[in-house]
Amino acid sequence: MSTPFYVSPQQAMADRAEYARKGIARGRSLVVLQYADGIVFVGENPSRALHKFSEIYDRIGFAAAGKYNEYENLRIGGVRYADLRGYTYDRDDVTARGLANVYAQTLGTIFSSAGEKPYEVELVVAEVGESAEGDQIYRLPHDGSIVDEHGSVAVGGNAEQISNYLDQRHQDGMTLSEALKLAVQALSRDTNGSEREIPAERLEVAVLDRTRPQQRKFKRIAGRQLSRLLTAEGAAEVSKAASDAVSDEDSSEE
Amino acid sequence: MEANPRSTGRLPAAFLTPGSSSFMDFLSEHQPEMLPGNRQLPPTQGVIEAPHGTTIVSVTFPGGVVLAGDRRATMGNVIAQRDIEKVFPADEYSAVGIAGTAGLAVEMVKLFQLELEHFEKVEGAQLSLEGKANRLSTMIRSNLGMAMQGLAVVPLFAGYDVDREKGRIFSYDVTGGRSEEHGFAATGSGSVFARGAMKKLYRADLTEEQATTLVVQALYDAADDDSATGGPDMARRIFPIVTVISEDGFRRLTDDESSEIARSILERRLEQPDGPRAALL
Repeated sequence: MSTPFYVSPQQAMADRAEYARKGIARGRSLVVLQYADGIVFVGENPSRALHKFSEIYDRIGFAAAGKYNEYENLRIGGVRYADLRGYTYDRDDVTARGLANVYAQTLGTIFSSAGEKPYEVELVVAEVGESAEGDQIYRLPHDGSIVDEHGSVAVGGNAEQISNYLDQRHQDGMTLSEALKLAVQALSRDTNGSEREIPAERLEVAVLDRTRPQQRKFKRIAGRQLSRLLTAEGAAEVSKAASDAVSDEDSSEE
Repeated sequence: MEANPRSTGRLPAAFLTPGSSSFMDFLSEHQPEMLPGNRQLPPTQGVIEAPHGTTIVSVTFPGGVVLAGDRRATMGNVIAQRDIEKVFPADEYSAVGIAGTAGLAVEMVKLFQLELEHFEKVEGAQLSLEGKANRLSTMIRSNLGMAMQGLAVVPLFAGYDVDREKGRIFSYDVTGGRSEEHGFAATGSGSVFARGAMKKLYRADLTEEQATTLVVQALYDAADDDSATGGPDMARRIFPIVTVISEDGFRRLTDDESSEIARSILERRLEQPDGPRAALL
């Protein structure tokens, strides 16, 4: 019987973290920003079928960077968790904090169990409140830690550079159009500092809009509505775009 | 999951297992005791006394469908509740109205709403209207044991079919048998009288306003002849629940709107107690 090589626990963990980080860095980055009426999710995604953002519950949205099959599994687990909890207790008893804790435990257990390969994913769980002060954004890295974020957050390959860019420019109370344009500027900066153009068709955008009359606040923004928001200039057009966004609500429902 | 004290707080394996997009399928694997159909009733003598909901009516019109219900729940000869709500949105484009054992029916609707929402979130697309109607059929069938002990639930399902661009109505029997109704339908104890009224008043070219008036007329006639159906209660300001589902989605008429309809019908009935007369030939 051969004796296994000794690997120090520090080294083993460092290797696993390195493995997970490399996997996440291969994926494109995405950003989550607070704006006046809620929270907006923006990412570059050439696929229209494999979503990076989705609805978990009434006020809770989900964003993920990394390996699709792994975060899709976590997303469905989250939907099942939220729906079961809401069915057992009440719809108000489903919170982003509870969900983030469950995700953190799941990722943490998988990360530190030698029998399982660490997940190559980084998640964002966001909940829109009645007002901007009530908004919650949690970032969940691959190792099961939770980071409580405010204002803006970026995950994925180029996350550090993008979040620096966003931290300097993001303000409270931005309109949806302003926040969206800032997000696209941040995403279009490459690692080497050069900029490239991201066409609207390659963007995936979703919002948690607290002004939505329906109980479920999550909504995807695509097509004409998205290009209108991206081109809107000046206060008058921005407010027009916002009112269009409200009237377009049902027609662009997914 | 909260019930397990040794749990690490991690999502149990069942949550992360890829599989069905149905919440009921997930429940039946993970927590089967939570499914209404899996409950065992102890053997009982006679009928169990529980509040029963009564009459639900529905009418299609070009562009959508109207679903309405009275507000009374009865328990034997007693009025158990005067202001019960028996018509619920199932999702953006459909609604369900329930007759039968109120407690079980409300639970069934809650699970049905969740089933549709869960599918939509997992798959990223809505079920077809037929698919929704079939799902409800399965749920009624799973209640058959209860139904045989006198606790039946018989809903009426109405929705706007986005693909065919029209309103459609589905009716059910206690065994889960499903049939599509054309024009109008009714269920519950007052349904016989309501259907008679609708048969005489229905036309294929109704407007939305006419359709909402028609359903309140039918409920009025049902309340006139069936003691378990409640008519508009002017003194307490309790009016039938009237909902409209069209291309724009689900909408419930406000209390003001439905009281306005009820009031105008009541005024005409003071002169003509039996309601509008149809032509003899």
